[in-house]
Amino acid sequence: MKNLNSVFAAYLAGWGIFFIYYISIARRTAALREEIERLKNSLNRGK
Amino acid sequence: MKRHALASAMVFLLLGAAAYGALFVAPTEKTMGTIQRIFYLHVSSAWTGLTAFFICFLANLLYVWRRQPRWDWVAVSAAEVGLVFTTVVLVTGPIWAHPVWGIWWTWDARLTSTFVLWLLYVSYLLLRTLVEEPDRRALLSALFGIFAFIDVPLVFGSIRWWRTQHPQPVVMGGSGSGLEPTMWYVLLFSWGAMLSLMALLMRARYEFEAIRGEADLVRREAEGM
Repeated sequence: MKNLNSVFAAYLAGWGIFFIYYISIARRTAALREEIERLKNSLNRGK
Repeated sequence: MKRHALASAMVFLLLGAAAYGALFVAPTEKTMGTIQRIFYLHVSSAWTGLTAFFICFLANLLYVWRRQPRWDWVAVSAAEVGLVFTTVVLVTGPIWAHPVWGIWWTWDARLTSTFVLWLLYVSYLLLRTLVEEPDRRALLSALFGIFAFIDVPLVFGSIRWWRTQHPQPVVMGGSGSGLEPTMWYVLLFSWGAMLSLMALLMRARYEFEAIRGEADLVRREAEGM
């Protein structure tokens, strides 16, 4: 089982990159939704 | 929301099954041994990345033709997701190469053309941050995206047209290329799992882009008050 550490390192790195990207999309989307809510509220207050 | 969670769980299960296949089902390759098991993650990520860039190319053409924002949203989603898969290829490749070649990296035709592809799509995303006006941003990035896709056939052909340190192709590589049947099944299953992950990520990224369009409208309305 030579180089097993490298195999696990590759799989961990690959999955890590996908996971971080998925989380980044979720966070960016949540932040945008919050901004839209905030802008809509300030628009309603201004009317 | 429930459907999205179910789709995420399905993709997670598929990825787990693909990893199980790569680590425990596929036979050990005679020359390289255990390290060759990176192949199933590396190659399936590469094929998925190229698929995403092809979708980006088609969406860019459709945007130039139809000028509908949704094609711009599809294009940027596919470009970003393709870039993530290509990043995985560029990270897992050296981890595989080091024990086999004795070096992490070499500037051969396949590695260089893949790195250039990565740089081109980073530039595509950077270009989008430099243009404020949405229609102009969409058109300029669509034209750049069509140009960037020229590198994809080069990546595909690099190991067929030139002598490279990178291994020869297992698909459409002429006589002597190919895989043992179980290795084939595991590779195709891994690619299927990666394509489902690509679809999940692209859907989430498309939704983000659509919300950004809405945010731009609300922002302009707020500024006009």
